[in-house]
Amino acid sequence: MNIDSFIETLALGVARERILSSDAARAPYECDGLTMFRVRPKLVVLPETTKEVSHVLKTCKAAGVPVVARGAGTGLSGGATPHADGVLLVMAKFNRIVAVDPLARTARVEPGVRNLAISEAVAPLGLYYAPDPSSQIACSIGGNIAENSGGVHCLKYGLTVHNVLAVTVALDDGEIVTFGSDAPDSPGLDLLALIIGSEGLLAIVLEVTVRLLPKPEETKVVMASFDDIEKAGAAVSAIIARGIIPAGLEMMDKPALAAVEDFVKAGYPLDAEALLLCEVDGSVDEVADELAKVEQVLRDGGATELRIARDDAERLLFWKGRKSAFPAVGRISPDYYCMDGTIPRKHLAKVLKRMAEMSTEYGLRCANVFHAGDGNLHPLILFDANVPGELERAEAFGAAILELSVEVGGTITGEHGVGLEKIDQMCAQFSRAELAQFHALKAAFDETGILNPGKAVPTLNRCAEFGHLHVHHGELPHPELERF
Amino acid sequence: MADFVAEVSERLLAGTSVSVIGAGSRTRVGPARPANALSSRSHQGVVHYEPTELVITAKAGTSLTEIESMLAAEGQMLAFEPPRFADESTFGGVVASGLAGPRRVAMGGVRDHILGVRLINGLGEHLRFGGEVMKNVAGFDVSRLQVGAFGQLGVLTEISMKVLPAPEVEETRCFQLMAEDALARLHQWGQKPLPISASHWRDGMLMVRLSGTARGVSAAMQILGGDPMLDAVQFWRGVRDLSDPVFRTDLPLWRLAVPPTTPATTCPLIAMDWHGGQRWTVAPQGDRSPFEWAQNVGGHARCEAPERPVSNWQQTLPEGVARLNRRIRFAMDPNGLINPEDEGLHHAN
Repeated sequence: MNIDSFIETLALGVARERILSSDAARAPYECDGLTMFRVRPKLVVLPETTKEVSHVLKTCKAAGVPVVARGAGTGLSGGATPHADGVLLVMAKFNRIVAVDPLARTARVEPGVRNLAISEAVAPLGLYYAPDPSSQIACSIGGNIAENSGGVHCLKYGLTVHNVLAVTVALDDGEIVTFGSDAPDSPGLDLLALIIGSEGLLAIVLEVTVRLLPKPEETKVVMASFDDIEKAGAAVSAIIARGIIPAGLEMMDKPALAAVEDFVKAGYPLDAEALLLCEVDGSVDEVADELAKVEQVLRDGGATELRIARDDAERLLFWKGRKSAFPAVGRISPDYYCMDGTIPRKHLAKVLKRMAEMSTEYGLRCANVFHAGDGNLHPLILFDANVPGELERAEAFGAAILELSVEVGGTITGEHGVGLEKIDQMCAQFSRAELAQFHALKAAFDETGILNPGKAVPTLNRCAEFGHLHVHHGELPHPELERF
Repeated sequence: MADFVAEVSERLLAGTSVSVIGAGSRTRVGPARPANALSSRSHQGVVHYEPTELVITAKAGTSLTEIESMLAAEGQMLAFEPPRFADESTFGGVVASGLAGPRRVAMGGVRDHILGVRLINGLGEHLRFGGEVMKNVAGFDVSRLQVGAFGQLGVLTEISMKVLPAPEVEETRCFQLMAEDALARLHQWGQKPLPISASHWRDGMLMVRLSGTARGVSAAMQILGGDPMLDAVQFWRGVRDLSDPVFRTDLPLWRLAVPPTTPATTCPLIAMDWHGGQRWTVAPQGDRSPFEWAQNVGGHARCEAPERPVSNWQQTLPEGVARLNRRIRFAMDPNGLINPEDEGLHHAN
């Protein structure tokens, strides 16, 4: 099919001015938050209604044209990197909060609604939406569904999958179905669980019902310094052994602390080898109980300094440092590459030591921020893309970190998703038979493979042939797909 | 005794069908299994348990009793409070049936705690999905998909589950309230950050359990009021295991899962849990009204009587969803060899 007649067919169901085909109009959509991968999509479509999404999908399926959905484009694994021969379905116009039910504590929202906008909208009711990825000011709930996003509070409050009751989606052929409901469970298979974190490979999200929580009465944060990162790791385990699940439990290493303190002036101790932030929340009495225990455990664990935020302003300042880790590192390095492996916590010291060795080996600095409670590491590899060879070294360093995560019994991605970025490391984590099972499940939803092809699950050939080779600048797989 | 994994794999590789059962204690809510079903109970043992990592990994045939006593010794628990219909109930059965107890309203269900599984698919391949870490988004979430699938997508061999600290203190308060007032009160409390870990209503009485630190629970008791309850531990166990006399009826027992704010007048009520999200009712033999009651309010019903007086005991799925159920089952077991007697389970009518 030629491109003009394809556009004509699309325009039968979508307003022509929301089908972007000029170079200038398509350029802003070349990448998501993983900016090292850039691909200009053949077309950008901005649907406004469910009916329009259905029409786009039907049209694309009939023509064998790939469809990549995009929310706010903040994803860090290239999940929304466009397909050069495909349609980029930008869901930004689905931005309404449809309904809030204070009694049931739920909100029904469209996928383009920003994560933080939900909490802001329900704040007057004393409620909030718990998952809080660092990008929450910008990222959309549709993207959160695609990635099963977490945040700094997910040890206690869970990931997206724990806080969503239902999603309405469009299938590859444009049919609209709903998974989950306002009831506690639904008959049949738990398709809601399957769709969350499926990175746009199974369906396009059209509406989401989220669970809201009452805001805790009291929140306190303790900052603890350690002169040894291993002691800090042991203190984390000791808190949990004491029967406490903190609302947040975060760690930063010395290089991260230096970058962050310079940026935010949160009052972090610069001589510490590791810093722990531990937040407890609940009723005033519960918090008092838990805080006393946490302090005791941290002291016994060898903390060199303990500070409890005096008021909310100081508490937010402590957190601001942690939440600004990425931009702070951005100030001290022209480029950085953020990894996302999760490891069993007991291997923390070993993994950090190996990463320090790799840092020397690859000749690149590395700063670590760490969701310590749930074992999710975010090493930030510092490099300069203008220095020949550094980008490649950064990618190789990152790949080595991910393989190390798998080696110690962890995973290549805790919350950012596989996308394009970690597709080769999927071959390290899963066997051929397991990958084949993923492909079969994909086919159960999308037999012709038009939804976000080439992402999240590598082809068996790719694993066999490429090993560690990476995708560069739009040289995407799936040459077998029919084009325009 | 033949190795369970080897036997299942060999049979599937040879193209022979296999029906699998755990202790058989959950057939009251799931599909029946033939008498020659292979039991996973020989495949037992805790593979891995480290309290500070908050995860336990055990083979599918391990008894729930063994797992829960091991956790209790470390002051931990399975936070979804799984029903124990028999002492031999297996870990695999917990996942396959997806049943959760009173604490589900506060802590989530089985699907909210499962971290990873090993299973044998219909091709006889022994596969691993998920893992032992809290956060893991590599690949589709095949482990969570097993919860409540009644073994239709593969034969579970090993399960990793998140565990949590058991609460320091638990107290139960009782209130004399009619159903509608009980619901109103629960939803009002739900707006506040109170440490409520369970609720159960029946016969004009609302029981609310508080769990947490000593001071937290005592402060919450002041806010809630109500009367204390004797034998609360025993009481919640009866609710959890459906062994409480309230569930003993002459007529078939039905379980409805509905939006918690559904009015109490929607159907005749025997009891309610989960702040109104789970309701129990009865209907005469052969009467299928509960399906309608549930459907009208956006929920679903399931007949739980052991003798299954209606052949299609589970709510019909919308056609689009039913088709995906069939296709996913096909994707996991293309030749229909695993539990083949369940054909049509999800599209009974």
